[in-house]
Amino acid sequence: MGEAPYVLKMDGISKEYFGNRVLDNVSLSVKPGEIHALMGENGAGKSTLMNILFGMPVIHNTGGFTGTIEIDGEPVKIDSPQKAMELGIGMVHQEFMLIPGFTVTENIKVGREITQPTVASHIFGKSLEKLDTKAMAKDARKALDTIGLNIEEYVLVKGLPVGYMQFIEIAREIDKKGVRLLIFDEPTAVLTESEAARLLDTMRVIASKGIAIIFITHRLDEVIEVTDSITVLRDGQFIAKAQTKDTSAVKIAEMMIGRKVEKLFDDDKPDTRTLSDDDVILSLRNLKVDMPGEKVRDVSLNVRRGEVFGIGGLAGQGKLGIPNGIMGLCPAEGEVIFDGKPLDLKKLGEALRLGIAFVSEDRRGVGLLLDDSIEQNIVFSAMQVNGKFLKNYGIAKLYDGKAGRAHANEMIRELDIRCTGPTQAAGSLSGGNQQKVCIARALTLSPKLLIVSEPTRGIDIGAKKLVIELLAKLNREQGMTVIMVSSELTELRSLCDRIAIVSEGVVHRIMRPDDSDAAFGLAMSGAKMEGGAEQ
Amino acid sequence: MKNKNNLGESLNNAMRSLWNNKVVVMFVVLCVFGIATSGKSVSHTVTEVFTRFGRNAFLVLALIIPVLAGLGLNFGIVVGAIAAQIAIFWVVSWGFTGVTGLLMCVLICTPLAILFGWLVGKLYNKTKGSEMITGMILAYFADGLYQFLFLFLIGGVIPVNNPTLIINGGVGVKNTIDLTGNIKYALDTISMLSIIQVLYIILAVITAAKLISRLVKKRELHLKSLLLRFAAATVVFALTFVPAVQTFLGQDRLLLLNAVELACLGAALFAVYLLLKGMVGEKKPFAQCYKRPVALAIVAGIVYALTYVTAIFQILIAVSLPVCTYLLIAVICFFNRWILSTKLGQDMRTVGQSRTVANSAGINVDKTRIIATCISTVLASWGQLIYLQNLGTFQTYGAHSMVGQYAIASLLVGGASVQKANNKQAILGVVLFHTLFVVAPLSASNLFGSALIGEYFRVFICYGVIALSLAMHAWKVIAKKKEEKAQSDAAPAES
Repeated sequence: MGEAPYVLKMDGISKEYFGNRVLDNVSLSVKPGEIHALMGENGAGKSTLMNILFGMPVIHNTGGFTGTIEIDGEPVKIDSPQKAMELGIGMVHQEFMLIPGFTVTENIKVGREITQPTVASHIFGKSLEKLDTKAMAKDARKALDTIGLNIEEYVLVKGLPVGYMQFIEIAREIDKKGVRLLIFDEPTAVLTESEAARLLDTMRVIASKGIAIIFITHRLDEVIEVTDSITVLRDGQFIAKAQTKDTSAVKIAEMMIGRKVEKLFDDDKPDTRTLSDDDVILSLRNLKVDMPGEKVRDVSLNVRRGEVFGIGGLAGQGKLGIPNGIMGLCPAEGEVIFDGKPLDLKKLGEALRLGIAFVSEDRRGVGLLLDDSIEQNIVFSAMQVNGKFLKNYGIAKLYDGKAGRAHANEMIRELDIRCTGPTQAAGSLSGGNQQKVCIARALTLSPKLLIVSEPTRGIDIGAKKLVIELLAKLNREQGMTVIMVSSELTELRSLCDRIAIVSEGVVHRIMRPDDSDAAFGLAMSGAKMEGGAEQ
Repeated sequence: MKNKNNLGESLNNAMRSLWNNKVVVMFVVLCVFGIATSGKSVSHTVTEVFTRFGRNAFLVLALIIPVLAGLGLNFGIVVGAIAAQIAIFWVVSWGFTGVTGLLMCVLICTPLAILFGWLVGKLYNKTKGSEMITGMILAYFADGLYQFLFLFLIGGVIPVNNPTLIINGGVGVKNTIDLTGNIKYALDTISMLSIIQVLYIILAVITAAKLISRLVKKRELHLKSLLLRFAAATVVFALTFVPAVQTFLGQDRLLLLNAVELACLGAALFAVYLLLKGMVGEKKPFAQCYKRPVALAIVAGIVYALTYVTAIFQILIAVSLPVCTYLLIAVICFFNRWILSTKLGQDMRTVGQSRTVANSAGINVDKTRIIATCISTVLASWGQLIYLQNLGTFQTYGAHSMVGQYAIASLLVGGASVQKANNKQAILGVVLFHTLFVVAPLSASNLFGSALIGEYFRVFICYGVIALSLAMHAWKVIAKKKEEKAQSDAAPAES
């Protein structure tokens, strides 16, 4: 009997979260000493698959999964991260799991310190054994030398450059006994270019020692450069497994994105809009937004009056930061000119006052007063911002119930909100109808510019279509300028005139909706190889 | 030119370290001002401070481990104090006295404190991130239960027939219990001679145990080193039979003067040992290993010379230290350091720095936190025993109420924070806080003609220090976040 050909073999893995199928019959196999890329868009199921492999509690708290996992040909049951570690699976995290106040040695050896018995440990048990700092330092040195990291093992992590931290994490993982499979979860996301190149070198060194690597990334160029084989997932489905040398960045991009583009609405009416590059309604110059997890580094773009402008990109790249920064919901810097007037980003509510309405991606958190009635939800922004639906009694302004009710009824009819009446609580509506209430409130402000963020998140396909049609109608019939931020390329491409793809906090490219799938895939991956085929 | 730069730099460094220790500096200034205006002799203040130091230091040192384990300042040590007080009540009512009584107290309060500590730790695990406020409220809750026990259950349900302890009606414990004649000074009056005797017996037992265990497990005996150590101890023990030494060691208090002299002698001997170790043991040339020993010897010499200054001499002969209590304080300092060098201590530090990292490294976070709380509670209960045996009167319903606040304020005055604390800060803090405690009313009555103002000032200091430290902690967290943000902004710009 020789060695098993695969160090890891996952077969027929399916997983449901609350009836929502996120993985469907996916398989993954990795050979010893191989660097294997796991590719896919956000929501393709990569992290769920890795959570299953690592035995994370989130999997087992939500009903487990089906399918088999084999390590070195042996079927195994991984029900906790500890079990995964015992089996020789290590994970290099995207956010550093390091302790700044500890030395490099202490970080590498955390939880696995080498100890010597003492008098007290004979009586009270192993936890009172003394640390053998010399042996620990020796081990740490060895691990650091393996990956070629030239730092002293006794310095504190606190003072080190960010780029080193990833390498200390790697040193910690390879210091573990019997490690045979390492998972790198987007390791290059926080590194500079030269650091990333060194990381790839290090991965090769580790792989040459017979340790298999699963490499999760969205940077296609890195995949082509370093990996031996790839597995592509899309929408929880297994799409393809291929040898890297038999494929190309364009092909991978196509596999990741490639779906039949179904138009979400029928654009049969003739387009009577006149768009001009000179008539700019919103102009962003060097916008920086500090939104946690969606940082915008430097965005400049122009939105023409009357167009539908799309902003797309992968989660975490900063597309959501743009509208939240403009509205003043997150700390932002830079120049924003709206309708010829500069907008003060520091002043909350300034954007609303100037006539920009915003439908937030966080519908239940920011978008709605869940326990209040539909009527209240529709009118409260306009009451606050424009002073509508108020009767002035001299000493106090009171709510004009009659006007508000009439307006709510009109909106319910116009947007076809399915409800028992304007007094129903907004929280009890379905997702699609909640979204319509949000849009109704935005429209009540009579805005010049409507920004919708993730308008179809968490609503079913029928309602999706209605929302998209509504946006199209507002744009085509009323001439309202719309900015649509969405992670779903399909809906951006079916409605927008232009689509800006945001990657790593900057606008990577501005695309036309009829550009090829591969071009979109490459742009979303932030691949630095444009200039060749397109332009 | 270069010199100038160096000077500027060292000045800069000095300013920075002053700024970093601003709380300590502020209290040093206040103390000096207080001593100068108190109108009493310095030796009076020093005597008072040394007495209070012996009383309180142990309680403050009990706070260090929870800080390192990330639990913040453990206001829950009140629960440990309550355990000690329950033990004292029963021991007094059973009529035990002296060292026996004290040992009985330890025997009763330790398991109680472990139980309480375990419960407190459980509670802290349920309220991660807000342990301090939980501990504070818990102290009030525990006080309620304590009052229920002492005011109603004792006498009301549990029959106790002791008219000196129980209120006239037969239900509830009196407000004050006089410890004179039973456990007052039980620890302070243990003579040095008996300490040495006990230590000698313990060493004999350990040596025997080691020998037996090695014989049973058939490992190498290392007979030579074991016997050598025992022989050395025997020589020291034999010395105690020399009459002059015996009378000196027969005392239970040590003059501060003698203590300083002994310390100087010890330091000089240690310097010689270091030098020998460097030159003979590690075979280094003299030039490489003379610095530390010589510096040590010089410092010892200077300190010894200072004892001949009349003013200092006056102070040094006015103060006498209870040896056993101070020895215990030293032991607890060593314990705090020792535990950090063990696996358990490393786990505690890891948990204290980041629970997520600890968790992913396979450390049982909850268990580690509970152990830390237990240790703190047990130490606090012993600290309260030391406190009460020195004080001599036991305010049944008040003795524990301020324990947490005073101990925490002391620790903070020494420059510790919610996340960082060590023995040095604890000791410095106790000295500063209690100096101010002693002199504040005196100088207030001296300056304003009313001791009450000093009393207000005292209370103001205690709570003010806690509030200030917590606010500065929050401020630091915000500053750190800003710094991190600036760093992460700068990082991509470099690329």
